[in-house]
Amino acid sequence: MYTQGLDQKDKSAPKRDAMEAPEQLEAFQARIDGEEKIEAKDWMPEAYRRTLIRQISQHAHSEIIGMQPEGNWLTRAPTLKRKAILLAKIQDEAGHGLYLYSAGETLGVSRDQMVADLLSGKAKYSSIFNYPTLTWADIGAIGWLVDGAAIMNQIPLCRCSYGPYSRAMVRICKEESFHQRQGFDILRVLCEGSREQKAMAQDALDRWWWPSLMMFGPSDAESKHSAQSMAWKIKRFSNDELRQKFVDVTVPQADFLGLKVPDDDLEFDKETGHYRFGEIDWQEFIEVIQGNGPCNKQRMAKRRTAHDDGAWVREAAQAYAGKQAAKHAA
Amino acid sequence: MNKDKALLAYTLRLGDNALVLGQRMVELVAAYPELEEELANANFALDYLGQARMFYTYAGELEGKGRGEDDFAFLRDENEYRNFLLLEQPNGHFGDSIAKLVLYESFYLLQLEALVNCADTRIAEIAARAQKEIRYHLRHNSQWLIRLGDGTDESHSKAQGSVDDLWRYTGELFAPDEVDNVFEAEFDGPDLFKIQDEWRSNVAAVLEEATLTKPEDGFMASGGKEGRHTEYFGYMIAEMQYLQRAYPGAEW
Repeated sequence: MYTQGLDQKDKSAPKRDAMEAPEQLEAFQARIDGEEKIEAKDWMPEAYRRTLIRQISQHAHSEIIGMQPEGNWLTRAPTLKRKAILLAKIQDEAGHGLYLYSAGETLGVSRDQMVADLLSGKAKYSSIFNYPTLTWADIGAIGWLVDGAAIMNQIPLCRCSYGPYSRAMVRICKEESFHQRQGFDILRVLCEGSREQKAMAQDALDRWWWPSLMMFGPSDAESKHSAQSMAWKIKRFSNDELRQKFVDVTVPQADFLGLKVPDDDLEFDKETGHYRFGEIDWQEFIEVIQGNGPCNKQRMAKRRTAHDDGAWVREAAQAYAGKQAAKHAA
Repeated sequence: MNKDKALLAYTLRLGDNALVLGQRMVELVAAYPELEEELANANFALDYLGQARMFYTYAGELEGKGRGEDDFAFLRDENEYRNFLLLEQPNGHFGDSIAKLVLYESFYLLQLEALVNCADTRIAEIAARAQKEIRYHLRHNSQWLIRLGDGTDESHSKAQGSVDDLWRYTGELFAPDEVDNVFEAEFDGPDLFKIQDEWRSNVAAVLEEATLTKPEDGFMASGGKEGRHTEYFGYMIAEMQYLQRAYPGAEW
């Protein structure tokens, strides 16, 4: 996930900000500081609203695009049980998408508009879903690492100042923890299996480790827009804090599996109680964000095709509803 | 054919039908025209996978050779599958999927309703659960066929094309063979002629509301129940079985 969106600039904000009275802004901040939830009909600064729309829609888009890398193994899942579990997980993600689009709509933007922004490339989704799933072990790695990183990000969002988003996150987090355990279980079975299966698991960790760390977004030094989000209590912890927490939790799990984290600089620091880890390849992160990841084009092409292929179906449903309404009116 | 053999063969067919249709629906994940339909498709596919697992597990127990659900799904060859040809046809467009589901589920629901009262307790129990699921599917999918048929000119012509193309695979649903006959006689199983009559009138009603024309009963393709499949099927199960075939004996 998905707080990567917080670090994008909102270019139109200053103009609107100028129209907001200082006393209004102060009263709003006082509510935030008092840990009150902001609800859909409450007054809110335009920049707060824009930031939330950007973040919530990006989160929703991530859920929808995130169905693709996992869907890639649905037809080839190795057992019927695994197939059913994976399908249920992907269905959960579609449900999260729907839920989040609804949360976005409470801020006055339509789902059609959010979807149009995704399809036009204006809105982003999490960079992680631009990596390919090459073996069955990748499905385990996505559950364990990607959902694991998402949970780190999302648990604080359950306390986000915007009510509809925070409530959506409570339910989503419950399902994500379940997904993470399922992913870990896939890898556990592989690691207890044949030499080839264990190699499959190690290869998946090698490929997914660094992109998972990138999910937390740029380092705090580079993350210029986090401060305002922290003040508004949309965001509760910095990117680096969350990333560190993720590494601290995940490395012992890799040890348990008997897998090696692909970082020669990884070392436990007894003094701080944290793992020190190597430098992230930020150039790769930037490339993927800019559309040059291994699967950006493929993911968007598939989403656009699904949308375009469905146009006649949506038109039919609308035409039928129109005919029915006319019949009832007559 | 003795009673036990017929029961095993009948149970396996039910499992094969559920799995093959479920697998086709799984192919459509992340490609649906609306998010709500994405959820419905995944939900329905999960129902079919669940039914396949129950039927296969029972088949394994009946056979008594230690085979389980995954042995039946992943380690049988194409010609050992006994599903209807209708269910293995490629997905095509949304109208094809919906037409296929309406034609099949109109049959399957009647089959399950009859099985609820059959003499084999296990089959009756699974059918009792499955009929609730399929009743809901059929309602949902029929509504879609009606919307498509009575929607725009384009959707009408697409839906009519789908029904026309798939009609030739519906004859097999009602053509009893030895397994059906023994199962009907020994276990008070479904009477396919009776089901066919009801199916005709139910499907005709949906088509009429959808402003679609019921195709003429011409040549009917068959072979699925004997293990003679269409070319599409081999690719479908090759993809599905890949990991189990590539790593024999591995646990997943």
